[in-house]
Amino acid sequence: MPANRFNGFSDYGVGIGLRVPHYDHIFAEKPVVDWFEIISENYMVDGGRALKVLDQILERYRVVQHGVSMYFGSTQPADREHLKRLKTLTRRTKTPWLSDHLCWGSVDGRYTHDLLPMPYTFEAVKATAARIREVQDFLEIPIAVENVSSYAEFHESQMTEWEFLNEVVEAADCGILLDVNNIYVSSQNHGFNPFDYVNSVPAERVAQIHIAGHSKFEKYILDTHDHPVLDSVWHLYARAIERVGPTATLLEWDDNIPSFDEVHSEALKATQYLTPTEVLIPSNSAVQESAREVVHS
Amino acid sequence: MNLLELQRRMAEDVMRPLTPDFQMQLATSNGRSTHELASSYIKPNDRLSSFDRLEIYNRQYWFRVIGAVSEDFPAVGAVLGAKKFDSMVLAYLRENPSTSFTLRNLGSKLPKWLESHPEFSPRRHALLLDVARLEWAYVEAFDGADLAPLTAADFGDLGAASPLFLQPHLQLLDLRYPVDELVLAVHRQTAPSDIMSNAVTERKQAKRTRLPAMRRSQIHLAVHRYENSVYYRRIDPEAYRLLFALQSGNLLGQALEAAFSGSSLSAEEQAAKIQECFAHAAELGWFCKPHEI
Repeated sequence: MPANRFNGFSDYGVGIGLRVPHYDHIFAEKPVVDWFEIISENYMVDGGRALKVLDQILERYRVVQHGVSMYFGSTQPADREHLKRLKTLTRRTKTPWLSDHLCWGSVDGRYTHDLLPMPYTFEAVKATAARIREVQDFLEIPIAVENVSSYAEFHESQMTEWEFLNEVVEAADCGILLDVNNIYVSSQNHGFNPFDYVNSVPAERVAQIHIAGHSKFEKYILDTHDHPVLDSVWHLYARAIERVGPTATLLEWDDNIPSFDEVHSEALKATQYLTPTEVLIPSNSAVQESAREVVHS
Repeated sequence: MNLLELQRRMAEDVMRPLTPDFQMQLATSNGRSTHELASSYIKPNDRLSSFDRLEIYNRQYWFRVIGAVSEDFPAVGAVLGAKKFDSMVLAYLRENPSTSFTLRNLGSKLPKWLESHPEFSPRRHALLLDVARLEWAYVEAFDGADLAPLTAADFGDLGAASPLFLQPHLQLLDLRYPVDELVLAVHRQTAPSDIMSNAVTERKQAKRTRLPAMRRSQIHLAVHRYENSVYYRRIDPEAYRLLFALQSGNLLGQALEAAFSGSSLSAEEQAAKIQECFAHAAELGWFCKPHEI
């Protein structure tokens, strides 16, 4: 796999999330998995089984850390205790890069524990980029920011989401964790063409890609991570790989988690897009057609 | 509206309690329309109003935090029943919103908070308190620090004026009911899960568990971790007082005095108890070297 400075010049292929229901299978069967992504917060504890399991995993597998509570877009100062615990964990895992979300979730010391959308303003670009730089300097490893699924847009916004992402990563000089499922979910919720998003991302900054399943409700789509990847998302993924090149890819499956083999098999479907000779990339028009089918079904 | 103002506005709206049927409230406590509030900063689209879009986040917030507390206190939920448990968690979180980056600490104040809130189970309040205390002790024991245990040589150096440190994961409880049986019965039916993920949270109802009958009968428990599993160990009152005094920072001599203050045991019986307590505690690695800061 091609490497860049935003993923620590690593060569990671297709990975899956390390989840509690799969622990026994992994230790008993020792399956071949290119890498595991962990949710950092689940291992930022003082002791116990989580750290023991992590150490056992690290003996055999490569691990990348993904966070859910750094809230780069929050206006409140970074939590030093959080940063210290995170740095301790990065030294344990030796993660080549670290990702978290381009969102906010806390204000005035109170935490919502949600990935809340940003207003796409120049003020937010400046504040968010400053926070990313601060975290990157403290942790001393490359940071990749992930685009989130969103269900609301703000009157205050001065640009599109992808323009905001591009402004932030340029100003922070950081990488991107491109979540093509999130792009798809937001495109359906906000009525934009997901291809415009994928086509606008600075390819040289993409450190990693996320794929996942989602749930469709009558009037909106939720990012539930409880299904296989839908065709529309695979189409977007194919287009992303066409632009970015083969890139570390991870399947997220966080709820109604099936067997390890089922999750891993679903993730490995990505390899057909990562091997250029076997790629069958659908045309833009085919993807847009499938996107419209979902919107109007 | 600048970034800070928008985040304050949205956080207040997202964290506002839901209606009893888990919808967003139509008005704030000041009587202001939430439709108007949402429209002031959130765009509608052709399918959803500003209110509808904000409501997605409002519901997600409550489903997530209620879910997190429910996972740590399944036996409290089993004692109260789903409806009362939801009301209790809502009331608790209204007064104790999360102030930590991790959901792990969300329920930390629940046992103390429940002491002054008997209204959720007036007839079984004491039982409920014991269950809550044991369930939080489980959380602390599950992932508390495990420091280097004392060696035989370390024990040889101890005297009455020595401090003696206990493992941070060791929790000591003085309970009015034998709730260890009840909590174990519920926990056996609760699947372990990760603390946090980045997917949206769906509302889930716990299965109803058949609970063992409880009669008031004081017990003392040591909740501890051994080889990464959490155990509840019943200990006698003297051992509890001794360990509790040590945990509270007393020197060894003071702790021994506290353990047998007013005791009717003979000197030989006391010596036997001390030996037994130390032998068990040392075997399980409960005594440790002080935490280096």
